[in-house]
Amino acid sequence: MSGYFSELITGSKSLLVGLGVTFKALISPVVTVQYPREKIDVTSAVRGHIDLVKDEATGTHRCMVCLSCMKVCPCQCITVQGEKREGVKGKVLTLFALDFTKCSLCGLCVESCKPKAIDFSNEYELAGFTRDEFVFDLLKRVKERA
Amino acid sequence: MDTMQLSFYDVLRMVIAFVLIVSLVFINAIIMGYMERKMAAKIQRRWGPMEVGFQGWLQLILDGVKIIAKQLIVPKDADRTLFRMAPLLAFTPVVLPFLVLPFSKSLFGRDINLGLIFIIAVSSINVLSIFVAGWASNNKYSMFGSIRSVSQNIAYEIPILLSLLSVVLVTHTYSMQGIVAAQGSIWFCLVQPVACIIYLISATAETNRAPFDLPEAESELTAGYHTEYSGFGFSLFVIAEYANMFTVCAVATVLFFGGWHGPFSGEYLGALWFLLKVFLLMLIMVWVRWTYPRVRFDQLMNLAWKYLIPFSLVNLLLTALIVKCI
Repeated sequence: MSGYFSELITGSKSLLVGLGVTFKALISPVVTVQYPREKIDVTSAVRGHIDLVKDEATGTHRCMVCLSCMKVCPCQCITVQGEKREGVKGKVLTLFALDFTKCSLCGLCVESCKPKAIDFSNEYELAGFTRDEFVFDLLKRVKERA
Repeated sequence: MDTMQLSFYDVLRMVIAFVLIVSLVFINAIIMGYMERKMAAKIQRRWGPMEVGFQGWLQLILDGVKIIAKQLIVPKDADRTLFRMAPLLAFTPVVLPFLVLPFSKSLFGRDINLGLIFIIAVSSINVLSIFVAGWASNNKYSMFGSIRSVSQNIAYEIPILLSLLSVVLVTHTYSMQGIVAAQGSIWFCLVQPVACIIYLISATAETNRAPFDLPEAESELTAGYHTEYSGFGFSLFVIAEYANMFTVCAVATVLFFGGWHGPFSGEYLGALWFLLKVFLLMLIMVWVRWTYPRVRFDQLMNLAWKYLIPFSLVNLLLTALIVKCI
């Protein structure tokens, strides 16, 4: 018999506390969002696929076709091509392709880039029907953004 | 209605009442299914159904259409007749208590002088249907679920009866209308608070709702007695569960919360008060479901035999003494 009533009292009290907790949750605002119609900003630390950085001063990318990203990439998913042009110092970027199906998001290309021309994007809505959809033309993307 | 001779109007009244009641059972399942999902979502701080219609209110109707379109698969080793009978057996008796519920002063199917006994007797058949479903499925999880259901209902029927009996001792009548009429000035939840609490706890167990939903405990028994049911057989069980919830909450409303009494409750407007109280009680049951984890089986039995039954016995004896002395 010992503890019969004390068990009853402490038990009932804890049950009421539990009801209070859920009631508080019931009247507090909802924390999820209605995804396709409503989106939240992802944190800037997120590692999406790499993207060419748009330089605010020149209005275009900063790539100087040193090919260090292409060389350092362990998956060999970056293809960079450039050409010499009349009156322009250094090479001009003609192709910057990323095969995202192979990329492991290690970030070595971002680290190795001296002019800081590439960075991780915040892109997370990546779904497609074919593999070709994940070969991104980053040069085209930076021009579209301009 | 002293004689057994029924006039044409009595029959007509019964037919209309029955049609309205069956539709109420289905509408109740839709409303409660929606409210349950919405409330569960709000307690877990999400939105719940939002896609179909304003705030997703058409979702349950669409679910109903989808589930009707599904095939009812009978397992190979199941007892075919019993397996098909069990959902009907679950659904039919839960409609009957609605016939004697007093929705308002003039709105009721029939006021028989043993209304309360009738409700308790008929709603106990639900256990049989669960047992038949578990047995006929020929599946060990279903079997365990139905065995649990039977022992749970045997344990919890006693406190229900004892707590209802202590109210009947005060009112001197089993008629539902008579019990409502007896609490014009003061509700019986204030006169009999212990009986009220005991009834609400046991009613949750009686309807197999969480935290006493051991017959269908997902984590242990997949889905308990309705593991093997698909399509409309399954949905009849769900509709029966919600109708059972409505019944026990309506009985609680009639016996402890003043029935159709409330401001401006005339001949028919009392039905609004009645439904309001019933749905509030059902929402409390939903709230309780999403608050507490499922109890273990020995805890379930301890609660019934060590706390609810002794307390309701003492309460009954005290009530009898006080009624005798006054």
